[in-house]
Amino acid sequence: MNRFAELLDRLAYEPGRNNKLRLLTGYFREVGDPDRGYALAALTGALSFKHAKPALIRDLIASRTDEVLFGLSYDYVGDLSETVALMWPKAELAAHNNPPPPTLTEVVTTLRTLGKTELPKQLERWLDELDETGRWALLKLVTGALRIGISARLAKTAAAALGDKDPHEVELIWPGLSPPYLDLFAWLEGRGDKPVNRDPAPFRPVMLAHAIEDADFAALDPADYIAEWKWDGIRVQAVAGRDERGHITARLYSRTGEDITGSFPDLVPSLRLPGAIDGELLILREGRVQSFNVLQQRLNRKVVSPKLIKEFPIHLRAYDLLGDDENDLRELPFAERRERLETFIGKLDDSRIDLSPTVSFASWEALTAARADPASAGAGEDADAVEGVMLKRRDAPYMPGRPKGQWWKWKRDPHIIDAVLMYAQRGHGKRSSYYSDYTFGVWTSGEGGDELVPVGKAYFGFTDEELLQIDRFVRRNTTEKFGPVRHVVHEPEQGLVLEVAFEGLQRSPRHKSGVAMRFPRISRLRWDKPPREADRLETLERMLKAEAAEIEM
Amino acid sequence: MSHMRPQDILLPAAAGLCCKPGGFHIDPVRPVERAVITHGHSDHARPGHGAVLATQETLDMMRLRYGENFAGSTQAIRYGEEIRLGETNVKFHPAGHVLGSAQIAVTCKGTCIVASGDYKDAPDPTCTPFELVPCDVFITEATFGLPVFRHGDASDEVEKLLASVALFPERAHLVGAYSLGKAQRVIKLLRQAGYDAPIYLHGAMDAITAYYQSRGIDLGELRPVKGVKKAALAGTITLAPPSATSDLWTRRFPDPVTAFASGWMRVRARARQRGVELPLVISDHADWDGLTATIGATGAGEIWVTHGQEDALVHWCRSKGLKAQPLDLVGYGDEEESETPAASEVEA
Repeated sequence: MNRFAELLDRLAYEPGRNNKLRLLTGYFREVGDPDRGYALAALTGALSFKHAKPALIRDLIASRTDEVLFGLSYDYVGDLSETVALMWPKAELAAHNNPPPPTLTEVVTTLRTLGKTELPKQLERWLDELDETGRWALLKLVTGALRIGISARLAKTAAAALGDKDPHEVELIWPGLSPPYLDLFAWLEGRGDKPVNRDPAPFRPVMLAHAIEDADFAALDPADYIAEWKWDGIRVQAVAGRDERGHITARLYSRTGEDITGSFPDLVPSLRLPGAIDGELLILREGRVQSFNVLQQRLNRKVVSPKLIKEFPIHLRAYDLLGDDENDLRELPFAERRERLETFIGKLDDSRIDLSPTVSFASWEALTAARADPASAGAGEDADAVEGVMLKRRDAPYMPGRPKGQWWKWKRDPHIIDAVLMYAQRGHGKRSSYYSDYTFGVWTSGEGGDELVPVGKAYFGFTDEELLQIDRFVRRNTTEKFGPVRHVVHEPEQGLVLEVAFEGLQRSPRHKSGVAMRFPRISRLRWDKPPREADRLETLERMLKAEAAEIEM
Repeated sequence: MSHMRPQDILLPAAAGLCCKPGGFHIDPVRPVERAVITHGHSDHARPGHGAVLATQETLDMMRLRYGENFAGSTQAIRYGEEIRLGETNVKFHPAGHVLGSAQIAVTCKGTCIVASGDYKDAPDPTCTPFELVPCDVFITEATFGLPVFRHGDASDEVEKLLASVALFPERAHLVGAYSLGKAQRVIKLLRQAGYDAPIYLHGAMDAITAYYQSRGIDLGELRPVKGVKKAALAGTITLAPPSATSDLWTRRFPDPVTAFASGWMRVRARARQRGVELPLVISDHADWDGLTATIGATGAGEIWVTHGQEDALVHWCRSKGLKAQPLDLVGYGDEEESETPAASEVEA
């Protein structure tokens, strides 16, 4: 476990992709089975055991340390696992005869079978046995929060490099593999045959788009591309396949490959033709696509009640077909897959699944017009649920990841307002020592004249350099401190104006201002602008009317 | 002899910690008539005072930084030496923070207060070790006043640096370190670990490092990095002020590995945020265990906590039955703030 932790630690500080690959491949070469297999599983998110809840970790540290000191430390470090790893006071062990620290295999296999009641004692023992880095990695692992700045793709690429294989080959067989991947490593080291994928409804790694910039268009020929709407829902992969006995297995995957079938049982009966659809999950009421706000109310529910299913009827809008019965279509050009998709959806003939229409255009000007006004360019009454347009090369095969120049996303222009920084809070994770979470407000008439009312919070959108500047501004212009929150000067002539971009606006009784923003981020720092010139609440209210958002049914 | 209330002896004021019965300020942040100064870091030792009382080293460092006329008059005092100021006795004791750093014991009518300035109880081959001074009131810093800060052995961190130099012989290693104290300590630790190749220095470190050498601290062969060809820096170690390690200045090095020697490196986010690839947990301040052990050992019944994480340390003191309060002093030692200023000001 300490060796794996050391790898994670090195990876966390190493910025270069090639150096990360070297570290990973080196690890796979140096460490034997089954530890390296469980490491690969951990790095690709393929480990499954019941994760320890953060509350359990808190209880453990509470039993060893002072609650107030823990609270202050956590506030400072910003990361639960790291805080506990750093401040964990080891139990007084016998100076000799200490048990050796656990291996990764021991940790993973123990966690799989361990009863819930035995977990705290076991964790405590391991925390006593491991070093600081080991404790950190252990806690990241058991809480399911192992994000160390490398993608599953990179980990698989590093494994592939062990046998000089193309990472794509590993991707294709990946869905049929399971930890600790003895067959995979045997094949990579030339000791065994290539493993075969036997899952009837496997996930296929998703193809993603680049955001297009104005400058990109000059190099692109409209004739090479097919355009379609980018719906404001959830990108999913709906897969159906026959198992050995000929029964249909259907699964719904998120774009990261997470099986989310259980949350949408109402869609399963519609997935009765073997195949793999790439599409968008939406809520449809009387044939109309509902806003993302509505869809959101169906997400993250523990229990999917009949009432929920009835009030939020789920729908799949299809973009692409990756598999048709036994045939893998991913190597075909997109134009051809699109034809296969149209046939497939026609044959399926199901009211819950329809085709996402293409947007015809002859020039970039025409597409610009369509994007600006989706309603009259074919989206009709569903135009509000259009987030932008997608451009896909006619001849592009379906490739995992974000290959260059194949797919482009072109979002509609965001809304922009100028707001005043009011409060700042230290961030978490990477930003834990910086004031990086900002509450901003706009002007409204109050009893004693104009006053600022908070309208939102943003914690990204700025560059690292801008973060330093804001952080410095916050520290030098603090008027009051409340724990981790600093009140920052916000007077008509004194303060910092932030240009805030956001995607949508909704009424919210929970906010003092009565409005809530979707996806707000800092787009520019307006050092040049005095706070009195920032926007007013009325501006937002006008936007709200235009928005026709529906948070309550 | 009637005991005095501690706050009648020392009291926070706008200019710094003020001793009315003695007629002086300790580490004043604004010009005052009479200043008593703990050590040479620029947030504690400022120019423009009437009279300054400090160790010879601290006075020398102030002269190096601010020029001959940094104060109206100066008086040097040795460790263990006691002098009478007003109605008080003032005595200097080693603080173990940097060369010449001192704790200042102020005694007035039987009550003794120790203003420890910045201190550490960990070994440091470049300065006199910290001395425990029994007192009634102990004024402690709290730079690393959270139990997540446990600094470990500095020589282990230097081993880490040397292992990396061995692993990447084609790259230059650039170590960010505060130019007063930390840099010389890292160099000395490298020498003690057996590294005898020339060590290169950023220009901002020349003067203060030469001063350390003039005080009999052997740092081996040091060379200015200025003018050295890029290729010649492969496999070498260069020390630079932290702000320089993320500067255009680094382009003169072949594929540099950026290290940073600081107690802050204990927290991952801090290291990552700065783009540090090799964090070295080496601190000139006491860590949590050092702070709490020292507080207990002074026997003081009352603790005043200043600059840093006051809340946690005050809470700890109170949980141990000690009277404790945060001292509301501004202008000191937030290394967070002083990491990126002008090159001459980076040594906090």
